[in-house]
Amino acid sequence: MDLAFTPEEQKFADEVRAFVRSHLPADIRDKVKNGKHLIRDDYMRWQQALGKQGWLVYTWPKKHGGPGFTPAERYIFENICAEEHAPGIIPFGTKMVGPVIYTFGNDEQKAKFLEPIRKSTVWWCQGYSEPGSGSDLASLRTKAEKQGDHYIVNGSKTWNTMGHWADWIFCLVRTDPKAKPQEGISFLLIGMKTPGITVKPIIMADGGHEVNEVFFDNVKVPVANLVGKENEGWTCAKFLLANERLGIAAVPQSKRGVAALKAIARAEQENGKPLIENQSFAEKIADLEIQVTALEYTELRVLSTMAHGGQPGPEVSGLKVRGSEIQQRITELTMEAVGEYAAPYLPGLLWQGSNEEPVGPAHAHLAAPRYFNTRKTTIYGGSNEIQKGIISKMVLGL
Amino acid sequence: MDLSLSDEQKQLQDAAERFVRDKYTFENRRKIAATEKGWLAENWTQMAELGWLGMAFSEEDGGYGGGPIETMIVMEQFGKGLVLEPFLPTVVLGGGMIAKAGSKAQKEALLPPMIEGKKQFAFAWLERQSRYNLADVSLKATKEGSGWSLAGHKGVVYNAVSADNIIVLARTSGGAREEKGLTLFVVDGKAKGITRRDYPTQDALRASELTFDKVSVGADAVLGKVDDAFGVVEDAVDHAIVALCAEATGCMDAINAATLEYIKTRKQFGVPIGKFQVLQHRMVDCFTNAQEARSMTLMASLKIDDKDPVVRRKAASGAKVQIGKSGKFCGQSAVQMHGGMGVTDELSVSHYFKRLTMIDLMFGNQQHHLTRYSNLAMAA
Repeated sequence: MDLAFTPEEQKFADEVRAFVRSHLPADIRDKVKNGKHLIRDDYMRWQQALGKQGWLVYTWPKKHGGPGFTPAERYIFENICAEEHAPGIIPFGTKMVGPVIYTFGNDEQKAKFLEPIRKSTVWWCQGYSEPGSGSDLASLRTKAEKQGDHYIVNGSKTWNTMGHWADWIFCLVRTDPKAKPQEGISFLLIGMKTPGITVKPIIMADGGHEVNEVFFDNVKVPVANLVGKENEGWTCAKFLLANERLGIAAVPQSKRGVAALKAIARAEQENGKPLIENQSFAEKIADLEIQVTALEYTELRVLSTMAHGGQPGPEVSGLKVRGSEIQQRITELTMEAVGEYAAPYLPGLLWQGSNEEPVGPAHAHLAAPRYFNTRKTTIYGGSNEIQKGIISKMVLGL
Repeated sequence: MDLSLSDEQKQLQDAAERFVRDKYTFENRRKIAATEKGWLAENWTQMAELGWLGMAFSEEDGGYGGGPIETMIVMEQFGKGLVLEPFLPTVVLGGGMIAKAGSKAQKEALLPPMIEGKKQFAFAWLERQSRYNLADVSLKATKEGSGWSLAGHKGVVYNAVSADNIIVLARTSGGAREEKGLTLFVVDGKAKGITRRDYPTQDALRASELTFDKVSVGADAVLGKVDDAFGVVEDAVDHAIVALCAEATGCMDAINAATLEYIKTRKQFGVPIGKFQVLQHRMVDCFTNAQEARSMTLMASLKIDDKDPVVRRKAASGAKVQIGKSGKFCGQSAVQMHGGMGVTDELSVSHYFKRLTMIDLMFGNQQHHLTRYSNLAMAA
């Protein structure tokens, strides 16, 4: 057992840092650093740079065109990207549908879809939740009926993140309405430009648009776009969800968040002194930092198991629960640090290029929108209630 | 001891409930929030006609002789509807300070028009560095002939955009953060030398940053005694805190009711999600939190005019701590139990959550008032 990185790992870390510093466009880095919204092109430019380097699909094994990082290398890569203010990699292609395709897809599908994901030339989005099927995903009702060599898809999907920028959507659809809920589902790839698809924005509490409802009205999808076997899509769905939960702990992002919180607490004044000198407040930050450390070492233990050939089990759900709560706590304390100057609502400032001047310090206007928006983390990716249900059933046997 | 409302108070409660039901459906509120001023003149006139703008003032001042309990009753209903009219800055803060510290002439000039709905106020106290310290004031007022000249900056001034008069807390003597040396001035909202930057707030109110560039006012603009405003301000803010607590209680009732309804009707796994024990217990905790908030608000409303200043301060701070805690719990739980719908703009839940969040930040958050309460309680 050794906590220190090996000389090779250290060398790898230097290489990653040098790469990010020389290849991450400065305008994108500034947007991330200043909490501005990113647009599709920002994500694409960064992801394509990573793609050229072969690092975009950093969780993929070599045989599918990934870099085959060891768990330690993955950890180093994620942390350095976050430290250097790189945008988060959009997971829908790289961490979700990509692994589903190379695990369950046929050779034709692998040839067609994997390369554009590795190079980030297409944008994927997710079609899982439906208005009536959230936590109870298996009750989904969007149906696909086979007519010759096509499926005709009808229904709607919701909480579709960034679908308004997407080229493709992967969908869970019901192909056998008579079977048990989990047994009549198939995993289908659908081009977003296919006639009959409508994307309708959902406005969030912070005023932003990141998610959509997607409606399917007699959408014709080639049977060739079915991944895995018909009516066996639930297997793909579960595989994807387990992958989703692994990255969802967001430890590097939370470390960056705690550092930013400390900087704000140093800048904010209370009775003529930096707020960080307020013992009660400093202890709240300390408590948070300890929580992040506990989460980080839990994740490292999981990674270590994987390095020795083990598979992450249902305990991954615990990482999601704690990771999401910690993300929320960071935004809560940031708002507490900002105080009454969190009240001004200045949505124009969230976009680069707006000439709106901040009110109060530059960090203040982000505090409340982030706090409101981050309430989603304990809801998405399987709500925390669902995750705890998984742990109590699968780990504790209750 | 009797903690029940009198017949008159019950009528007031009914009227306020009716007002909110008629005027503040969620869709109506959305429309009002989108207007330029962010509130409706016809609603303000109706509040005046119903006597709400004068109910907490003495008959001598042109009011109807009520007090904090009456304020509590209407504020609670306002919380249920997320009412946007500037009752707190105009009536509770502005009117409250004028009634407490104003000269006969000031009261006559300002209170009857306010009570009739013809004058509105704003209270400018906060500065960039102030945080929650009411004495951390650097906007300077210097003698100029028989009057004064004001120079400096004030931030997050609610209702400055609509205020006929802005009540400005200024430093006339003493060093930074000294309680002695503060003076209140009643300044014309359109006075020469005031520059305003207006913006909406997270909870759809209107506030402004104000810059005072040598704003000249007469000697008659001084509200109360020169150098001696701190006590008046602290007392007015404590009254405002108690009023906010009542508003928060209304918000919690509304958000809890919406959540209860949601978990009874939203079905997953073939049953209403309210059948799951994990949600049942959380809902029970929401209910208990709202009960505690209501109790502390009532306690504070009953004690906020006590003759002992320590009793008053402890009452306000104690209630604010409870509201901060309960508001956060009910707000966060409501969003969580609504799932994705809870974080959308579409449902009212997120709007109540935002208001509860902002109430915690106003005039000292939970942590600030815990420290203040602790200092008061441990000294006794």
